[in-house]
Amino acid sequence: MSVVCFVEQDAEGVIVDSSLRAVTFARMLSDQSGEEIVAVALSARARGSGGAGPGSLDGAGRNPAEGSLSEGVGQQGHEVLGAYGVGDVCLLVLPRTVGYAPRALATGLAQLAGAARASAVIAASTDHGNEVMAHLAALSHLPMVANCSEARRVGPTTLQLSRQRWGGSLIEDSVLEAAVALLTVATDEVAPVLAPAASEPAARTFTPELAETDIAVRAIESRDATSGVSLANAKVVVSGGRGIGGAEGFAAVEQLAGLLGGAVGVSRAVTSLGWRPHSEQVGQTGTRVSPDLYIACGISGAIQHLAGCQSAKVMVAINTDPQAPIMGRADYAVIGDVNAILPALVDALSQRSR
Amino acid sequence: MDILVCIKRVPMVGGRISLTPDGRGVDTEMLGFTMSPHEECAVEAAVRLVERDGGSVTALTLGPPEATDQLRDAIAVGANAAILLKTDGREWGPTATAAAITAVAEQHQAQTGRPYDLLLFGNEAADTGDYQVAVRVAHLLGHPCATGIKQLEVDVHGVHARREYRGVTELFELPLPAVLSVKEGINLPRYPSLPGRMRAKKAQIDEVDPEWQGDGLKLDGLRVPISERRQAAILGHGVEAVPALVDLLERLGVLS
Ligand SMILES: Cc1cc2nc3c(=O)[nH]c(=O)nc-3n(C[C@H](O)[C@H](O)[C@H](O)COP(=O)(O)OP(=O)(O)OC[C@H]3O[C@@H](n4cnc5c(N)ncnc54)[C@H](O)[C@@H]3O)c2cc1C
Repeated sequence: MSVVCFVEQDAEGVIVDSSLRAVTFARMLSDQSGEEIVAVALSARARGSGGAGPGSLDGAGRNPAEGSLSEGVGQQGHEVLGAYGVGDVCLLVLPRTVGYAPRALATGLAQLAGAARASAVIAASTDHGNEVMAHLAALSHLPMVANCSEARRVGPTTLQLSRQRWGGSLIEDSVLEAAVALLTVATDEVAPVLAPAASEPAARTFTPELAETDIAVRAIESRDATSGVSLANAKVVVSGGRGIGGAEGFAAVEQLAGLLGGAVGVSRAVTSLGWRPHSEQVGQTGTRVSPDLYIACGISGAIQHLAGCQSAKVMVAINTDPQAPIMGRADYAVIGDVNAILPALVDALSQRSR
Repeated sequence: MDILVCIKRVPMVGGRISLTPDGRGVDTEMLGFTMSPHEECAVEAAVRLVERDGGSVTALTLGPPEATDQLRDAIAVGANAAILLKTDGREWGPTATAAAITAVAEQHQAQTGRPYDLLLFGNEAADTGDYQVAVRVAHLLGHPCATGIKQLEVDVHGVHARREYRGVTELFELPLPAVLSVKEGINLPRYPSLPGRMRAKKAQIDEVDPEWQGDGLKLDGLRVPISERRQAAILGHGVEAVPALVDLLERLGVLS
C-alpha cells in the first residue's frame, strides 16, 4: 500500500514549496500506517513544451530517452523529496508535445494509484493541484476533499479530516469514507517539515495509457515580462480600502508603497467600485500575500480580506474607527483620516531620505 | 449561443463568523446573502457573450427556496431564464450537486435537441470551496473543460480561455460545447438597471426537485480557527502619529 503525492515544479524544475507541504501532509497518513510515499512529477519534456504544435498520441513514450531521471526532478529534487520522507519518485511521462494537460495527469495518477495500491492521493491545493484532483475524482467516481489541514486514519477506508472553508476563516471537521482518499492540502495551514530520517528514494518512470480526450485540453504557455514588485511575493504591501474615498486617493498609497519598496494592494470594495484593477485585490477571491509588513489603510478587516493577509508578520492599520474588526488582527494602529495621514507620512519619509 | 451559468447563494459574512448553536452551520440570522463573487463574474461573462452574439443565458442555482433571490439578481443583470434546484436546507456535496446540474443540462438537450453551448461556473464556491463541481459536470456530459479562467474569448473556432499560473499565462483552446469555471477579475460585473430589476421581479423561475445523495464525506462540525486575537497598539491619532509611524517603519527595517 502507498500514499501517492502529486508534486509540482517551477520553471527551473525546482520542487515548489507548496508541494513540500503536501508531502509533509502525506506523512501524517503514511507515518500512521507505515505506507510508502510515492511522489509523482511530470517529465520535464512534457512540463516545458506546452503548445509546440498539436499534441498527439503518436510516438507517446516511444523514445527510450524520454523520461530519464535527468528530465525529472533532478538530483537535487530527488534529495529534497528524500529529506521529506518520500520513498519512491515516479516520473509521469506524457507525449512530448502535451505540456500541462489536467485530464492526462489525472488519468496517469489513476493508473499509477491502481498499480501502487494507493490508499490516498494527495496534492497541494493550488490551481493545478485542485484541477488535476477534480479530474481524478470525476474519472474514478470518488469523493475529493479540498483544502485539508489534518488527516487521521480511523478505519481501513475511513479518515477523520479537518479542512478549510471560507478561505480558511472556518474549519470543517468531517469523516471521509472512500476506498481511495483524494485530498488537496491547505498549504497556508500545513508547514513544510523534514522527515525525522531522510530516505534515498527509488526512481522510476511511468508512461500512462492515454486516450485522445485526455490530451485534448492542455495549456499553451507563454511567459509575460512582469513589471514591478509582484503583489504575491512583496515584502511590504500597502493596501487601500473604501476608506480611501476614491481613485485619486491611491496616489498617496502608491507613493508610500514606492518609498517602502512594496506593492499596492486593495480590498474588494475598491475593485468593485472600479477604483483599482482586480489584480491588486488581496483576499479570499484575490491574491494571498504574506509580507513582512502589511499596512491596511481604510480597510475594515472583513474575514474574506483577512483570509488573504492573515500571515503577514506585522500588520499596521490606519482607520477612523477604533472598533473596526481590523483592530483585532493588526499589531499597531493609527486612529484617524487616512487621507490626511498618508500624505503627511509620505512627506516625512521623503524629507528624511533627502 | 445558449449558456447555462451555475451560481451559489452564500451568506455575506463580514468582520466575524458565528456558528449556529449545534456548530454545524454559519449563523445567518443577522446576515444578508449574495451570489459567490466568482459566479457574479460568470453571469457577467455569459451576458456579454449573448449580448454580442445572440442566444440565451439561463441562471441555475441549487439551494433553498430563498435562493430565488440570487436567480433574480442574475436576471436583473441580463439572464433570460432561471432554474431553481430546490433543496430542503440540507447541505449538498459536490458529487450530488454535479449530478443534479447534469440532469438539467441533459433534459435541456432532450427537449430542444441541442445542448447548452457553454456551461459556466465559479472556480470554487465562497463557503465550501470544493473546487470540483464544474469538472464533474464536464465529465458527466463528456464536454471538455478548463478551470480558474481569467480571460475569455469565444469565436467560431470555440473557446480561448486564459489564466495565470506561477507567472505563466496558460491558454486553453476548447471546442464547444464546453464547461468553464471562472475567477473574479475576469470582468467587472455591472450593476442592475432599473428595467432589469423590474424584469427580475416578474420573471418566472422554473423549479426542479432533485434527489439528494451522499458522497462519502460526513460533517462532524464547524469551528472558528483559534487565531491569535490581538489588540492593536495605538500609535496615536491623526497626523500627530506620523513621527511614531516613521519610528516604527525604521525599527522594522523597511526604510532604505
Ligand atoms: C464570498 C466573498 C468573498 C470576498 N472576497 C474578498 C476579497 O478577496 N478581498 C476583500 O478585500 N474583500 C472580499 N470580500 C468583501 C468583504 O466582505 C468586504 O466587503 C470588503 O473587504 C470591505 O472592503 P473595505 O474594508 O475596503 O470596505 P468597508 O468594509 O466599507 O470598510 C471601510 C473602512 O474604512 C474606514 N474609513 C472610512 N473612511 C476613512 C478615512 N477617511 N480614513 C481612515 N479610515 C476610513 C472605515 O472605518 C471602515 O473600517 C468578499 C466578500 C464575500 C461575501
